[in-house]
Amino acid sequence: MTEPTALALRLAVFGIVSALVQIAGISQIPVLGVNADLSPLIVASIGLLAGSGPGALAGFGVGMFIDLALAQTLGISALLLVPIGYAAGRLRELRDPSHTLVPLALGAAASFAFAAGFGILQLMLGVGAPVSILVLRDILAVTLLGAILALPVHALAARVAGRGGSARGAPARSRRPRAYATGGLSPLSTSGRR
Amino acid sequence: MPDKRVRRRRAVLGGLVGLSLILLTAYVGESLGGPFHSLQRGVVAVLTPIQDGASRVLKPARDLVSWVGDTLHAKSENAQLKKQRDQLLRQTVGARAAQAENRQLKALVGLDGASGLGRYGTVAARVIGRSPTVWYSTLEIDKGSGDGIHAGQPVVSGAGLVGKVTQTTGSSAIVTLISDHTSGVAAKVLDRAGDPGIVVPQVGTPGSLLIQTLPPRANVRAGDPVVTAGTRSARYPSLFPPNIPIGTITTVSADELSLSQQAHLAPVVDLRRLDFVQILTRPAAGATAQAAR
Repeated sequence: MTEPTALALRLAVFGIVSALVQIAGISQIPVLGVNADLSPLIVASIGLLAGSGPGALAGFGVGMFIDLALAQTLGISALLLVPIGYAAGRLRELRDPSHTLVPLALGAAASFAFAAGFGILQLMLGVGAPVSILVLRDILAVTLLGAILALPVHALAARVAGRGGSARGAPARSRRPRAYATGGLSPLSTSGRR
Repeated sequence: MPDKRVRRRRAVLGGLVGLSLILLTAYVGESLGGPFHSLQRGVVAVLTPIQDGASRVLKPARDLVSWVGDTLHAKSENAQLKKQRDQLLRQTVGARAAQAENRQLKALVGLDGASGLGRYGTVAARVIGRSPTVWYSTLEIDKGSGDGIHAGQPVVSGAGLVGKVTQTTGSSAIVTLISDHTSGVAAKVLDRAGDPGIVVPQVGTPGSLLIQTLPPRANVRAGDPVVTAGTRSARYPSLFPPNIPIGTITTVSADELSLSQQAHLAPVVDLRRLDFVQILTRPAAGATAQAAR
């Protein structure tokens, strides 16, 4: 088995196991009146570690899995997680962030985007009950929980991907500036050319 | 070469977003028996044993986190409970007299005194999964059509109403909670007039419900219990048997009551912390009895 295939498999298993832990465990523990949502964190971490293509694919896979397993409206999570994974991957490709707190900021942004986007889509699809303004508080609480959990989730994803614990997973000294829009920055694609 | 990669990357993004939109549109447009709903039921059936195992394995961790949270809230809750205890003690004295009176009246009209839920054919189930968002208040339980569970059956916990079954597979079912935006329950307030209304959720506040369409001159007060109304008209039978506790009125504003004909209530069941529930597999027993009266 080639290295990119093995990496893709490891990340796929990581995504599925994390989604199961989310559904069977994390979703049943209310903190600050809401439940933490790991799915945007997982997708953002994969995007940050592996690039925009794998990030978008992970977003689609994790989103579909969650929608199918929870009998939610099919495609709604995938529709939101695909851009999140892609954007995280693009951040890696364009900015090459090295700060250790990048996953925290990215996790918070991904959680906020997912929670707010979910609300907007749900409102567009129609909600048959009054919507309280407190839903904004819930979105902020989910964002805060996402920020708290982002670093451990990213560290776990980096370990699964077989990389160190820095922002994009590679040791800092081996990093070098990347060109814009080369598209070949993902370990899935670079390894294949070796 | 880079252009080709850029195009491919954008094509992947566009393709996946497009596919998600197509799936979303098709899913919303199809009926419950459609291919995507069937696929969903199939996946739920396959994942049920895995989720069940994961739920059991993760229970100690869930309990630990819940214990920490509960301990932090214990002090404030203690003072509140003491206040409630004093209030309940006063109410108990009146309730005992009313209970004795009730027994006598029931004997007079020849009604069966047993009001437990056992007659509805209860089936106990373990909660093995739940949705993380505030927009979907659903649970997954480890009992399904193989155990006599069908869509539309009411779900209760020890304290009161939880929701209803909305989808089933052979070994699992999806329960939509009364805090879900699609839920609406015919209810009555146990005040002097027994004012009827419909209990609906308030999205964003899972710890609070609304009772709407109250009569304009309803004399509802904070502390009044709210229970299911059961079937009031044979033309529109209710899924829920009568007199299952739903919650207690928390806030009544005169303006809100006269303008919107609604009041706020707190559910008796902590819908965010449910490990076991009961499904009423013969709810019609209660509905029929109510309709016959």
